[in-house]
Amino acid sequence: MAPKRRTSRVTRNPELIRGVRKHSRSQMYHKRGLWAIKAKNGGKFPHHEKKAAVAEAVAEKVSKFYPADDVKKPLSNNRKHKPTKLRASITPGTVLIILTGRFKGKRVVFLKQLSSGLLLVTGPFKINGVPIRRVNQAYVIATSTKVDISEVNADKFDDKYFAKQVEKKKKKGESEFFEAEKEDKSSLPVEKKDDQKAVDAALVKAIEGVPDLKVYLGARFSLKSGMKPHELVF
Amino acid sequence: MPFKRFVEIGRVALVNYGEDYGKLVVIVDVIDQNRALVDAPDMVRSQMNFKRLQLTDIKIDIKRVPKKKTLIAAMEAADVKNKWENSSWGRKLIVQKRRASLNDFDRFKLMLAKIKKAGVVRQELAKLKKETTA
Repeated sequence: MAPKRRTSRVTRNPELIRGVRKHSRSQMYHKRGLWAIKAKNGGKFPHHEKKAAVAEAVAEKVSKFYPADDVKKPLSNNRKHKPTKLRASITPGTVLIILTGRFKGKRVVFLKQLSSGLLLVTGPFKINGVPIRRVNQAYVIATSTKVDISEVNADKFDDKYFAKQVEKKKKKGESEFFEAEKEDKSSLPVEKKDDQKAVDAALVKAIEGVPDLKVYLGARFSLKSGMKPHELVF
Repeated sequence: MPFKRFVEIGRVALVNYGEDYGKLVVIVDVIDQNRALVDAPDMVRSQMNFKRLQLTDIKIDIKRVPKKKTLIAAMEAADVKNKWENSSWGRKLIVQKRRASLNDFDRFKLMLAKIKKAGVVRQELAKLKKETTA
């Protein structure tokens, strides 16, 4: 047999100085082609799927008009906000104490966090008059008391549910001016009342299972003499 | 008034300042006028100023600077833990700790219980008053 002609092999990874080679571990992995080993990729070489040719977008017709001075374009901003990080002490079913607004001091049950970051909360309405409402995490104390919330379905509530109803403005004529003064107060639509009842039905049952919890939720929280908030365990 | 609680080897003391606040320790040696060598089953033997210690009534029988094993055995023999928890001082501390760890719900339930108890007491008092006036 003819002797094999060996081409003098140049090293793939020459030594620059004692102890330091030219290429890193990951660079050598690629140079040696270890990523393309057939046995790893199911018997064949790895390959990209052929991309379908993208149809060229029809070029827009440039209009003849352009402003006299250069108009500055605002910088592009593609940041998307994440919902506020939920405190570890707030989990579905936690009793929260609301600190501001007309329901301040009320103890309320937490349902879920909405995509805007606000907390979805309900009284329940029958117990303390707090409806299904959104509340900011910053204005809330989380207690360590939890209510069993497994039977409650809060999926249909999101931020759009709480958007203000836009009424079409009616043009007022002179004659209707005095009559229009007494606009009837918009009462809650029936669906919202039914939603409240549906959520509260399961919740109230779970609450009545725990002694004194119903009275607890009906009472407001207040600081009494001698109570030091920084020392209180909630 | 004669002193009743002395600094001596084997005296159990309560730490009232510093890292080991609230722990019961045993004085195992006296270093000088101000400091004692102090040891407890769950801490490394260390020196402590007397000003950080409050002496208790409890004393155990040990020799100067005993080994940890001997110390623990002596504490078991003297039943320090139970004596402490049954003493009025020890009971007060336990109650204080419990009160500090009360939940908001627990505090509410406590308030309801207090009101109930006061109501019952007042009823009895009213009954007794009626009997004395009648």
